[in-house]
Amino acid sequence: MENLINIGIKSIFIENMIFAYFLGMCSYLAVSKNVKTAFGLGMAVTFVLATTIPLNYLVLNYILKPGALAWLSPSLADIDLSFLTFILFIAVIAAFVQLTEMAVEKFSPALYSALGIFLPLIAVNCSILGGALFMSGRPYTLAESTVYGVGSGIGWLLAVVALAAIRERLKYSNVPKPLKGLGITFIIVGLMSLGFLSFMGFSL
Amino acid sequence: MSTEVAESKAAAVVVKESEPLFSKKNRKLLQNPLDGDNPITVQVLGICSALAVTVQVKPAIVMSLGVIFVTAFSSLFISLIRNTIPSRIRIIVQLSIVAMWVIIVDQVLKAYAYDVSKQLSTYVGLIITNCIVMGRLEAFAMGNKPWPSFLDGIGNGLGYGVILVIVAFFRELFGSGSVMGFKIFEAVGINYQGNGLMMLPAGACVIIGLIIWAQRARNGYSEEH
Repeated sequence: MENLINIGIKSIFIENMIFAYFLGMCSYLAVSKNVKTAFGLGMAVTFVLATTIPLNYLVLNYILKPGALAWLSPSLADIDLSFLTFILFIAVIAAFVQLTEMAVEKFSPALYSALGIFLPLIAVNCSILGGALFMSGRPYTLAESTVYGVGSGIGWLLAVVALAAIRERLKYSNVPKPLKGLGITFIIVGLMSLGFLSFMGFSL
Repeated sequence: MSTEVAESKAAAVVVKESEPLFSKKNRKLLQNPLDGDNPITVQVLGICSALAVTVQVKPAIVMSLGVIFVTAFSSLFISLIRNTIPSRIRIIVQLSIVAMWVIIVDQVLKAYAYDVSKQLSTYVGLIITNCIVMGRLEAFAMGNKPWPSFLDGIGNGLGYGVILVIVAFFRELFGSGSVMGFKIFEAVGINYQGNGLMMLPAGACVIIGLIIWAQRARNGYSEEH
């Protein structure tokens, strides 16, 4: 249990998807103009991360790893499909995002119209595939990888809402003209990431 | 950004088949992304890897080559089959073609440049979700003929590479006092203490911000908000 809490805190603060790895930056910069949409996309990313990482964990351990096919028949034990990792991971993610989109459209039209444009974009959010690939490189169990998925999602949500809040205030400040918009946003993200570095001091 | 995409789309629709291979319009497809329509500083695509792989110049160059290759060939292939892709599942179709090219790049890197491949680690795989590739597929290759799409892919890959190498140059120079592993400051006899900030991704963020500032100041372009 303690181990799970450690992984959760680590993935939210210390290994924050945005500030430590800069994954999912494109949509991060695009939707952080106001807090409301930022929160919506953050929730969607958290949900997709929390479900696709355990799914990809199963794919990895029962299909891809060297010897992972042994549960089908012992004669398949020496097959190594790990070169298919990218294509299967992205297929799982894209398929899942498409399914989620259809389900949300059917069961909750209100949520669909709020998230509509962002949902399909999540498939190409690097933090989803990045999370799956980081997971595949670490010796996590199924429970640990689920916690890792939820934690990274919450970390992303936190980062995007924080930046959106800053950018809303930024409208009233006097920024040099060519630096307005994108330029100053980059510098702010850099400074925020420096702030998050202070979490690295904690050892869990 | 959207107006520019629309413009480039409009420009490309006019391209006729009977034109010479490097007509003025086709050359534009190669040149525009280098400055005025740069994927990183103007279209804001593909930022993640630009921040992560630019600690040194060498991995940055390898990464750019990989992205140029993947963007160009994915655009070519998607453009070839653009009329047969059902629009509802097009993202999966696009992703699987992109993933195929990325697997090729990854396997080649592992076989012939193992050190660099170790250094780039996850980020080679992340070319799949690099927004430049998907963005160009959606905005250009889905609506244009194969040859212009191929050029557009190369152009955008190059535009990405230019920024990547500039960022990597400054980060390596000020972060560890060297360029391509060659200790510049030691060679001219200055004792330079590496700046740790430049080694962190935060340093890359600030440098890209400054590059955008410089570019926009020169081109006279500014955002309202």
